[in-house]
Amino acid sequence: MTILSCRNVSLSYDGKTAVEDAGFEVVRGDCLSIIGENGSGKSTLMKGVLGLLKLDSGQVELHGSRRTEIGYLPQQTVVQKDFPASVREVVLSGCLNRRGFFPFYSRGDRARAEENLERLGIADLARASYRDLSGGQQQRVLLARALCAAKTLLMLDEPVAGLDPVAASGFYALLEKLNRDGMTLVMISHDLSSALRYGNKILHMSKKPLFYGETREYLKTSLYRRMTSAAEVNESEWR
Amino acid sequence: MFDLLRDLFSYAFIVRAMVVGILVALCAALLGVTLVLKRYSMLGDGLSHVGFGTLAIAMSLHLAPLEVSIPVVLLAAFCLLRISESSKIKGDAAIALISSSALAIGVVVISMTTGMNTDVCNYMFGSILAMSKSDVMLSMAVAVVVLVLYVFSYNRIFSVTFDESFAKATGMKVARYNMLIAFLTAMVIVVGMRMMGAMLISSLVIFPALTSMRVFSSFKRVVLCSAVLSVACFFIGLTASFALSTPTGASVVLVNLAAFCLFSAAAKLGIKA
Repeated sequence: MTILSCRNVSLSYDGKTAVEDAGFEVVRGDCLSIIGENGSGKSTLMKGVLGLLKLDSGQVELHGSRRTEIGYLPQQTVVQKDFPASVREVVLSGCLNRRGFFPFYSRGDRARAEENLERLGIADLARASYRDLSGGQQQRVLLARALCAAKTLLMLDEPVAGLDPVAASGFYALLEKLNRDGMTLVMISHDLSSALRYGNKILHMSKKPLFYGETREYLKTSLYRRMTSAAEVNESEWR
Repeated sequence: MFDLLRDLFSYAFIVRAMVVGILVALCAALLGVTLVLKRYSMLGDGLSHVGFGTLAIAMSLHLAPLEVSIPVVLLAAFCLLRISESSKIKGDAAIALISSSALAIGVVVISMTTGMNTDVCNYMFGSILAMSKSDVMLSMAVAVVVLVLYVFSYNRIFSVTFDESFAKATGMKVARYNMLIAFLTAMVIVVGMRMMGAMLISSLVIFPALTSMRVFSSFKRVVLCSAVLSVACFFIGLTASFALSTPTGASVVLVNLAAFCLFSAAAKLGIKA
Protein backbone atom coordinates (compact mmCIF):
# COMPACT_ATOMS: atom_id res chain seq x y z
CA MET A 1 0.00 0.00 0.00
CA THR A 2 1.45 3.34 -1.05
CA ILE A 3 1.50 5.81 1.82
CA LEU A 4 3.44 8.69 0.29
CA SER A 5 3.92 9.72 -3.29
CA CYS A 6 5.74 12.67 -4.83
CA ARG A 7 5.48 13.61 -8.46
CA ASN A 8 7.52 16.15 -10.45
CA VAL A 9 8.59 18.03 -7.34
CA SER A 10 10.73 21.12 -7.90
CA LEU A 11 12.05 23.34 -5.13
CA SER A 12 14.29 26.34 -4.88
CA TYR A 13 16.37 27.53 -2.00
CA ASP A 14 17.54 31.14 -1.71
CA GLY A 15 16.34 31.78 -5.24
CA LYS A 16 18.35 28.94 -6.76
CA THR A 17 16.83 25.74 -8.02
CA ALA A 18 17.78 22.99 -5.61
CA VAL A 19 15.54 20.13 -6.69
CA GLU A 20 14.22 19.56 -10.16
CA ASP A 21 11.49 17.17 -11.14
CA ALA A 22 11.99 14.63 -8.37
CA GLY A 23 9.52 11.84 -7.75
CA PHE A 24 9.22 8.76 -5.62
CA GLU A 25 6.71 6.51 -3.91
CA VAL A 26 6.86 4.97 -0.50
CA VAL A 27 5.02 1.74 0.24
CA ARG A 28 4.24 0.70 3.80
CA GLY A 29 7.24 -1.06 5.31
CA ASP A 30 9.73 0.47 2.89
CA CYS A 31 13.07 1.88 3.82
CA LEU A 32 13.90 4.46 1.17
CA SER A 33 17.46 5.79 1.22
CA ILE A 34 18.06 9.15 -0.41
CA ILE A 35 21.69 9.50 -1.41
CA GLY A 36 23.77 12.08 -3.24
CA GLU A 37 26.60 14.52 -2.74
CA ASN A 38 26.50 17.64 -0.57
CA GLY A 39 24.21 20.22 -2.09
CA SER A 40 22.41 17.70 -4.27
CA GLY A 41 19.04 18.71 -2.82
CA LYS A 42 18.41 15.75 -0.51
CA SER A 43 17.49 17.78 2.56
CA THR A 44 15.62 20.36 0.51
CA LEU A 45 13.51 17.63 -1.04
CA MET A 46 12.70 16.19 2.37
CA LYS A 47 11.75 19.62 3.71
CA GLY A 48 9.52 20.12 0.71
CA VAL A 49 7.79 16.80 1.32
CA LEU A 50 7.26 17.74 4.97
CA GLY A 51 5.80 21.12 4.04
CA LEU A 52 8.66 23.14 5.54
CA LEU A 53 9.48 24.66 2.16
CA LYS A 54 7.06 25.69 -0.53
CA LEU A 55 7.06 23.58 -3.67
CA ASP A 56 7.69 25.43 -6.91
CA SER A 57 5.76 22.75 -8.70
CA GLY A 58 4.68 19.15 -8.35
CA GLN A 59 2.57 17.27 -5.82
CA VAL A 60 3.13 15.51 -2.54
CA GLU A 61 0.34 13.17 -1.57
CA LEU A 62 -0.19 11.29 1.64
CA HIS A 63 -2.42 8.26 1.47
CA GLY A 64 -4.20 7.16 4.60
CA SER A 65 -2.36 9.39 7.01
CA ARG A 66 -2.29 13.06 7.84
CA ARG A 67 0.67 15.36 7.68
CA THR A 68 0.71 15.60 11.45
CA GLU A 69 1.28 11.87 11.72
CA ILE A 70 4.74 11.87 10.19
CA GLY A 71 7.75 11.64 12.47
CA TYR A 72 10.72 13.79 11.54
CA LEU A 73 14.31 13.64 12.72
CA PRO A 74 15.89 16.89 11.55
CA GLN A 75 19.57 17.70 11.60
CA GLN A 76 20.62 19.15 14.91
CA THR A 77 20.72 22.93 15.16
CA VAL A 78 23.12 25.19 17.03
CA VAL A 79 20.30 26.25 19.34
CA GLN A 80 19.89 22.69 20.61
CA LYS A 81 23.50 22.01 21.55
CA ASP A 82 23.28 24.02 24.75
CA PHE A 83 19.56 23.82 25.42
CA PRO A 84 18.40 23.40 29.02
CA ALA A 85 15.74 20.73 28.69
CA SER A 86 15.28 17.35 30.28
CA VAL A 87 15.13 14.32 28.01
CA ARG A 88 11.54 13.72 29.04
CA GLU A 89 10.52 17.26 28.05
CA VAL A 90 12.05 16.81 24.61
CA VAL A 91 10.48 13.40 23.98
CA LEU A 92 7.06 14.52 25.23
CA SER A 93 7.07 17.42 22.79
CA GLY A 94 6.72 14.80 20.05
CA CYS A 95 3.20 14.10 21.31
CA LEU A 96 2.02 17.68 20.72
CA ASN A 97 0.80 16.98 17.21
CA ARG A 98 -1.98 14.76 18.52
CA ARG A 99 -3.09 17.30 21.12
CA GLY A 100 -5.24 19.41 18.82
CA PHE A 101 -6.46 22.50 20.66
CA PHE A 102 -5.92 21.10 24.11
CA PRO A 103 -2.61 22.53 25.32
CA PHE A 104 -1.50 20.00 27.96
CA TYR A 105 -0.22 16.43 27.77
CA SER A 106 -2.53 13.59 28.69
CA ARG A 107 -1.62 10.51 30.68
CA GLY A 108 -1.60 8.59 27.41
CA ASP A 109 1.03 10.96 26.01
CA ARG A 110 3.25 10.44 29.03
CA ALA A 111 2.91 6.67 28.72
CA ARG A 112 3.76 6.91 25.03
CA ALA A 113 6.87 8.95 25.78
CA GLU A 114 8.02 6.44 28.41
CA GLU A 115 7.37 3.58 26.03
CA ASN A 116 9.52 5.15 23.32
CA LEU A 117 12.30 5.95 25.78
CA GLU A 118 12.17 2.29 26.82
CA ARG A 119 12.16 1.13 23.20
CA LEU A 120 15.34 3.07 22.40
CA GLY A 121 17.11 2.04 25.58
CA ILE A 122 17.33 5.51 27.10
CA ALA A 123 14.71 5.21 29.86
CA ASP A 124 17.42 5.75 32.46
CA LEU A 125 18.24 9.12 30.91
CA ALA A 126 14.69 10.51 31.21
CA ARG A 127 15.63 12.99 33.92
CA ALA A 128 19.02 13.90 32.44
CA SER A 129 19.59 17.19 30.72
CA TYR A 130 19.69 17.08 26.95
CA ARG A 131 22.76 19.30 26.79
CA ASP A 132 24.82 16.92 28.95
CA LEU A 133 24.32 13.93 26.63
CA SER A 134 26.70 12.53 24.03
CA GLY A 135 25.93 12.99 20.35
CA GLY A 136 24.63 9.44 20.02
CA GLN A 137 22.38 9.77 23.05
CA GLN A 138 21.01 13.11 21.82
CA GLN A 139 20.18 11.52 18.50
CA ARG A 140 18.31 8.72 20.27
CA VAL A 141 16.32 11.28 22.22
CA LEU A 142 15.33 13.04 19.00
CA LEU A 143 14.40 9.68 17.49
CA ALA A 144 12.21 8.93 20.51
CA ARG A 145 10.51 12.29 20.00
CA ALA A 146 9.99 11.52 16.31
CA LEU A 147 8.49 8.14 17.24
CA CYS A 148 6.01 9.87 19.55
CA ALA A 149 4.85 11.91 16.57
CA ALA A 150 4.94 9.13 13.98
CA LYS A 151 2.13 6.78 13.21
CA THR A 152 3.53 4.93 10.25
CA LEU A 153 6.17 7.08 8.58
CA LEU A 154 9.48 8.42 9.82
CA MET A 155 11.64 10.87 7.88
CA LEU A 156 15.29 11.05 8.91
CA ASP A 157 17.72 13.71 7.75
CA GLU A 158 21.25 12.30 8.02
CA PRO A 159 20.53 10.47 11.26
CA VAL A 160 24.12 9.48 11.97
CA ALA A 161 25.88 12.72 10.99
CA GLY A 162 28.54 13.52 13.55
CA LEU A 163 28.30 10.20 15.40
CA ASP A 164 31.33 8.01 15.98
CA PRO A 165 31.30 4.65 14.14
CA VAL A 166 30.15 2.64 17.16
CA ALA A 167 27.27 5.01 17.93
CA ALA A 168 26.39 5.13 14.23
CA SER A 169 26.12 1.37 13.83
CA GLY A 170 24.11 1.17 17.06
CA PHE A 171 21.76 3.78 15.67
CA TYR A 172 21.38 1.94 12.36
CA ALA A 173 20.58 -1.23 14.28
CA LEU A 174 17.77 0.65 16.04
CA LEU A 175 16.42 1.90 12.75
CA GLU A 176 16.56 -1.57 11.25
CA LYS A 177 14.58 -2.92 14.18
CA LEU A 178 11.97 -0.15 13.84
CA ASN A 179 11.66 -0.94 10.16
CA ARG A 180 11.21 -4.67 10.88
CA ASP A 181 8.51 -3.76 13.42
CA GLY A 182 6.57 -2.05 10.64
CA MET A 183 7.73 1.57 10.66
CA THR A 184 8.23 3.00 7.18
CA LEU A 185 11.46 4.97 6.85
CA VAL A 186 12.66 7.65 4.47
CA MET A 187 16.28 8.34 5.28
CA ILE A 188 18.86 10.73 3.89
CA SER A 189 22.18 9.03 4.10
CA HIS A 190 25.71 10.18 3.59
CA ASP A 191 27.41 6.86 3.37
CA LEU A 192 26.58 4.63 0.49
CA SER A 193 27.25 1.29 2.16
CA SER A 194 24.67 1.71 4.92
CA ALA A 195 22.19 3.26 2.51
CA LEU A 196 22.43 0.11 0.40
CA ARG A 197 22.45 -2.21 3.36
CA TYR A 198 19.37 -0.86 5.10
CA GLY A 199 17.36 0.59 2.25
CA ASN A 200 15.20 -1.55 0.00
CA LYS A 201 14.79 1.44 -2.30
CA ILE A 202 17.27 4.06 -3.45
CA LEU A 203 16.76 7.60 -4.66
CA HIS A 204 20.01 9.02 -5.98
CA MET A 205 19.81 12.81 -6.23
CA SER A 206 21.93 15.35 -8.02
CA LYS A 207 19.38 18.16 -8.19
CA LYS A 208 17.53 15.85 -10.55
CA PRO A 209 16.89 12.28 -9.59
CA LEU A 210 19.60 10.16 -11.25
CA PHE A 211 18.13 6.88 -10.11
CA TYR A 212 15.00 5.78 -8.33
CA GLY A 213 14.11 2.16 -7.76
CA GLU A 214 14.86 -1.06 -5.92
CA THR A 215 18.29 -1.35 -4.33
CA ARG A 216 19.14 -4.53 -6.24
CA GLU A 217 18.44 -2.70 -9.51
CA TYR A 218 20.66 0.15 -8.38
CA LEU A 219 23.57 -2.24 -7.87
CA LYS A 220 23.44 -3.08 -11.58
CA THR A 221 23.64 0.51 -12.80
CA SER A 222 26.72 2.24 -14.17
CA LEU A 223 25.97 5.01 -11.69
CA TYR A 224 26.61 2.64 -8.82
CA ARG A 225 29.82 1.36 -10.41
CA ARG A 226 31.01 4.94 -10.86
CA MET A 227 30.20 5.71 -7.21
CA THR A 228 32.08 2.71 -5.91
CA SER A 229 35.08 3.13 -8.17
CA ALA A 230 35.27 6.78 -7.11
CA ALA A 231 35.26 5.58 -3.51
CA GLU A 232 38.02 3.11 -4.29
CA VAL A 233 40.11 5.78 -6.01
CA ASN A 234 39.65 7.98 -2.98
CA GLU A 235 40.73 5.17 -0.72
CA SER A 236 43.81 4.33 -2.78
CA GLU A 237 44.76 8.01 -2.79
CA TRP A 238 44.57 7.92 0.96
CA ARG A 239 46.95 5.02 1.07
CA MET B 1 14.64 46.49 57.62
CA PHE B 2 10.98 46.50 58.60
CA ASP B 3 11.05 50.28 58.98
CA LEU B 4 12.60 50.61 55.56
CA LEU B 5 9.82 48.57 53.98
CA ARG B 6 7.16 50.50 55.85
CA ASP B 7 8.70 53.75 54.65
CA LEU B 8 8.88 52.37 51.16
CA PHE B 9 5.22 51.46 50.95
CA SER B 10 4.03 54.69 52.52
CA TYR B 11 4.59 56.40 49.17
CA ALA B 12 1.82 55.79 46.70
CA PHE B 13 4.10 56.25 43.68
CA ILE B 14 6.46 53.57 44.96
CA VAL B 15 3.62 51.14 45.50
CA ARG B 16 2.55 51.77 41.91
CA ALA B 17 6.10 51.30 40.66
CA MET B 18 6.39 48.09 42.68
CA VAL B 19 3.20 46.63 41.23
CA VAL B 20 4.02 47.55 37.64
CA GLY B 21 7.66 46.52 38.03
CA ILE B 22 6.93 43.11 39.52
CA LEU B 23 4.39 42.31 36.82
CA VAL B 24 6.70 43.50 34.04
CA ALA B 25 9.66 41.64 35.52
CA LEU B 26 7.63 38.44 35.76
CA CYS B 27 6.38 38.61 32.17
CA ALA B 28 9.73 39.69 30.77
CA ALA B 29 11.45 36.76 32.47
CA LEU B 30 8.98 34.21 31.08
CA LEU B 31 9.32 35.52 27.54
CA GLY B 32 13.05 36.03 27.98
CA VAL B 33 13.77 32.31 28.31
CA THR B 34 12.41 31.69 24.84
CA LEU B 35 13.98 34.81 23.33
CA VAL B 36 17.43 34.00 24.69
CA LEU B 37 17.27 30.36 23.63
CA LYS B 38 16.02 31.23 20.16
CA ARG B 39 18.84 33.75 19.80
CA TYR B 40 16.34 36.60 19.62
CA SER B 41 17.71 38.55 22.60
CA MET B 42 18.37 41.51 20.34
CA LEU B 43 14.64 41.75 19.71
CA GLY B 44 14.07 43.17 23.19
CA ASP B 45 16.81 45.71 22.70
CA GLY B 46 15.55 46.74 19.27
CA LEU B 47 11.97 47.11 20.50
CA SER B 48 12.94 49.32 23.42
CA HIS B 49 14.89 51.65 21.12
CA VAL B 50 11.95 51.88 18.77
CA GLY B 51 9.81 52.56 21.83
CA PHE B 52 12.09 55.43 22.77
CA GLY B 53 11.76 56.94 19.30
CA THR B 54 7.97 56.78 19.39
CA LEU B 55 7.81 58.18 22.92
CA ALA B 56 9.89 61.13 21.79
CA ILE B 57 7.68 61.77 18.81
CA ALA B 58 4.51 61.40 20.88
CA MET B 59 5.85 63.83 23.44
CA SER B 60 6.75 66.45 20.86
CA LEU B 61 3.32 66.20 19.25
CA HIS B 62 1.64 66.31 22.69
CA LEU B 63 0.03 62.91 22.20
CA ALA B 64 -0.52 60.27 24.85
CA PRO B 65 2.75 58.30 25.00
CA LEU B 66 1.35 54.77 25.37
CA GLU B 67 -1.39 55.04 22.76
CA VAL B 68 1.23 55.96 20.18
CA SER B 69 3.98 53.60 21.33
CA ILE B 70 2.00 50.39 21.59
CA PRO B 71 0.88 50.11 17.95
CA VAL B 72 4.22 51.31 16.58
CA VAL B 73 6.24 48.91 18.73
CA LEU B 74 3.91 46.05 17.83
CA LEU B 75 4.51 46.86 14.18
CA ALA B 76 8.25 47.00 14.85
CA ALA B 77 8.07 43.58 16.53
CA PHE B 78 6.44 42.18 13.43
CA CYS B 79 9.12 43.68 11.15
CA LEU B 80 12.05 42.69 13.36
CA LEU B 81 10.81 39.12 13.54
CA ARG B 82 10.41 38.97 9.77
CA ILE B 83 13.96 40.29 9.38
CA SER B 84 15.49 37.80 11.79
CA GLU B 85 13.70 34.93 10.06
CA SER B 86 14.75 35.89 6.57
CA SER B 87 17.97 34.24 5.62
CA LYS B 88 18.92 36.88 3.10
CA ILE B 89 19.49 39.76 5.49
CA LYS B 90 21.80 39.37 8.45
CA GLY B 91 19.22 39.51 11.22
CA ASP B 92 21.36 40.83 14.07
CA ALA B 93 22.91 43.56 11.94
CA ALA B 94 19.49 44.65 10.67
CA ILE B 95 18.12 44.87 14.21
CA ALA B 96 21.10 46.99 15.26
CA LEU B 97 20.45 49.28 12.28
CA ILE B 98 16.78 49.70 13.09
CA SER B 99 17.31 50.26 16.80
CA SER B 100 20.04 52.87 16.41
CA SER B 101 18.03 54.64 13.71
CA ALA B 102 14.95 54.78 15.93
CA LEU B 103 17.07 56.13 18.76
CA ALA B 104 18.59 58.77 16.48
CA ILE B 105 15.17 59.85 15.22
CA GLY B 106 13.97 60.15 18.79
CA VAL B 107 16.95 62.25 19.86
CA VAL B 108 16.68 64.58 16.86
CA VAL B 109 12.93 65.04 17.31
CA ILE B 110 13.39 65.86 20.98
CA SER B 111 16.19 68.34 20.39
CA MET B 112 14.14 70.09 17.70
CA THR B 113 11.08 70.49 19.92
CA THR B 114 11.50 70.47 23.67
CA GLY B 115 15.28 70.36 23.82
CA MET B 116 17.33 67.83 25.76
CA ASN B 117 15.84 68.04 29.21
CA THR B 118 15.22 65.74 32.14
CA ASP B 119 12.33 64.10 30.28
CA VAL B 120 14.78 62.66 27.79
CA CYS B 121 17.01 61.42 30.54
CA ASN B 122 13.98 59.83 32.19
CA TYR B 123 13.03 58.01 29.02
CA MET B 124 16.56 56.80 28.46
CA PHE B 125 17.30 55.61 31.98
CA GLY B 126 13.89 55.36 33.55
CA SER B 127 12.05 57.14 36.29
CA ILE B 128 10.19 55.72 39.21
CA LEU B 129 7.85 58.72 39.10
CA ALA B 130 6.63 57.80 35.64
CA MET B 131 3.97 55.32 36.74
CA SER B 132 0.44 56.64 36.90
CA LYS B 133 -2.75 54.88 37.96
CA SER B 134 -3.61 54.07 34.35
CA ASP B 135 -0.17 52.48 33.93
CA VAL B 136 -0.93 50.19 36.85
CA MET B 137 -4.18 49.13 35.20
CA LEU B 138 -2.49 48.64 31.84
CA SER B 139 0.35 46.61 33.29
CA MET B 140 -2.10 44.40 35.14
CA ALA B 141 -4.04 43.80 31.95
CA VAL B 142 -0.86 43.00 30.01
CA ALA B 143 0.38 40.72 32.77
CA VAL B 144 -2.87 38.77 32.84
CA VAL B 145 -2.81 38.35 29.06
CA VAL B 146 0.84 37.27 29.04
CA LEU B 147 0.44 34.84 31.92
CA VAL B 148 -2.71 33.20 30.57
CA LEU B 149 -1.35 32.85 27.04
CA TYR B 150 2.00 31.65 28.35
CA VAL B 151 0.52 28.95 30.57
CA PHE B 152 -1.81 27.75 27.83
CA SER B 153 0.87 27.69 25.14
CA TYR B 154 3.66 26.53 27.43
CA ASN B 155 4.21 23.13 25.79
CA ARG B 156 4.00 24.56 22.32
CA ILE B 157 6.34 27.41 23.19
CA PHE B 158 8.81 24.78 24.38
CA SER B 159 8.51 22.89 21.13
CA VAL B 160 8.91 26.00 18.97
CA THR B 161 11.88 27.11 21.03
CA PHE B 162 13.64 23.76 20.97
CA ASP B 163 13.11 22.82 17.36
CA GLU B 164 11.15 24.93 14.93
CA SER B 165 11.51 22.57 11.97
CA PHE B 166 10.19 19.61 13.92
CA ALA B 167 7.30 21.63 15.29
CA LYS B 168 6.41 22.85 11.83
CA ALA B 169 6.83 19.43 10.21
CA THR B 170 4.46 17.88 12.72
CA GLY B 171 1.77 20.38 11.91
CA MET B 172 2.21 23.28 14.33
CA LYS B 173 1.58 26.84 13.24
CA VAL B 174 5.09 27.97 14.10
CA ALA B 175 4.85 31.47 12.63
CA ARG B 176 1.80 32.15 14.79
CA TYR B 177 3.66 31.30 17.98
CA ASN B 178 6.72 33.34 17.00
CA MET B 179 4.45 36.28 16.38
CA LEU B 180 2.70 35.76 19.70
CA ILE B 181 6.02 35.80 21.52
CA ALA B 182 7.18 38.93 19.70
CA PHE B 183 3.90 40.77 20.37
CA LEU B 184 3.84 39.88 24.04
CA THR B 185 7.45 41.01 24.34
CA ALA B 186 6.57 44.31 22.67
CA MET B 187 3.72 44.92 25.11
CA VAL B 188 5.85 44.12 28.14
CA ILE B 189 8.64 46.38 26.93
CA VAL B 190 6.38 49.34 26.24
CA VAL B 191 4.80 49.08 29.67
CA GLY B 192 8.09 48.65 31.53
CA MET B 193 10.16 51.05 29.49
CA ARG B 194 9.38 54.34 31.18
CA MET B 195 10.25 53.01 34.59
CA MET B 196 13.30 50.93 33.66
CA GLY B 197 14.50 53.18 30.83
CA ALA B 198 14.79 52.44 27.14
CA MET B 199 18.47 51.61 27.52
CA LEU B 200 17.96 49.24 30.42
CA ILE B 201 14.63 47.43 29.91
CA SER B 202 16.08 44.67 27.74
CA SER B 203 18.11 43.49 30.74
CA LEU B 204 14.82 42.34 32.33
CA VAL B 205 14.34 40.06 29.33
CA ILE B 206 17.84 38.69 29.11
CA PHE B 207 19.32 38.51 32.61
CA PRO B 208 16.93 36.17 34.46
CA ALA B 209 16.97 33.59 31.67
CA LEU B 210 20.75 33.60 31.34
CA THR B 211 21.18 33.47 35.10
CA SER B 212 18.91 30.49 35.67
CA MET B 213 20.45 28.62 32.75
CA ARG B 214 23.77 28.61 34.60
CA VAL B 215 22.40 26.25 37.22
CA PHE B 216 19.15 24.69 36.04
CA SER B 217 19.00 22.18 33.25
CA SER B 218 15.37 21.48 32.49
CA PHE B 219 13.16 23.94 30.64
CA LYS B 220 10.48 24.02 33.31
CA ARG B 221 12.99 24.73 36.07
CA VAL B 222 14.69 27.44 34.01
CA VAL B 223 11.32 29.13 33.41
CA LEU B 224 10.24 28.92 37.06
CA CYS B 225 13.61 30.07 38.36
CA SER B 226 13.69 33.00 35.91
CA ALA B 227 10.28 34.15 37.04
CA VAL B 228 11.10 33.98 40.75
CA LEU B 229 14.55 35.46 40.28
CA SER B 230 13.33 38.34 38.15
CA VAL B 231 10.66 39.35 40.65
CA ALA B 232 13.11 39.04 43.56
CA CYS B 233 15.76 41.09 41.78
CA PHE B 234 13.26 43.80 40.96
CA PHE B 235 12.05 43.97 44.54
CA ILE B 236 15.59 44.15 45.94
CA GLY B 237 16.63 46.65 43.26
CA LEU B 238 13.73 49.01 43.91
CA THR B 239 14.18 48.81 47.67
CA ALA B 240 17.90 49.46 47.34
CA SER B 241 17.30 52.39 45.02
CA PHE B 242 14.96 53.86 47.64
CA ALA B 243 17.37 53.30 50.52
CA LEU B 244 20.48 54.50 48.67
CA SER B 245 18.82 57.13 46.43
CA THR B 246 20.13 55.49 43.27
CA PRO B 247 18.25 55.40 39.94
CA THR B 248 15.70 52.57 39.92
CA GLY B 249 16.35 51.02 36.51
CA ALA B 250 20.11 50.91 36.96
CA SER B 251 19.78 49.49 40.49
CA VAL B 252 17.57 46.67 39.26
CA VAL B 253 20.07 45.86 36.50
CA LEU B 254 22.91 45.76 39.00
CA VAL B 255 21.02 43.40 41.29
CA ASN B 256 20.41 41.19 38.25
CA LEU B 257 24.11 41.32 37.47
CA ALA B 258 24.94 40.30 41.03
CA ALA B 259 22.54 37.35 40.76
CA PHE B 260 24.15 36.36 37.49
CA CYS B 261 27.62 36.37 39.07
CA LEU B 262 26.33 34.38 42.04
CA PHE B 263 24.73 31.73 39.81
CA SER B 264 27.81 31.55 37.59
CA ALA B 265 29.98 30.98 40.64
CA ALA B 266 27.58 28.29 41.85
CA ALA B 267 27.77 26.59 38.45
CA LYS B 268 31.58 26.73 38.58
CA LEU B 269 31.44 25.02 41.95
CA GLY B 270 29.45 22.25 40.33
CA ILE B 271 26.02 23.08 41.70
CA LYS B 272 23.49 21.90 39.13
CA ALA B 273 19.82 21.24 39.44
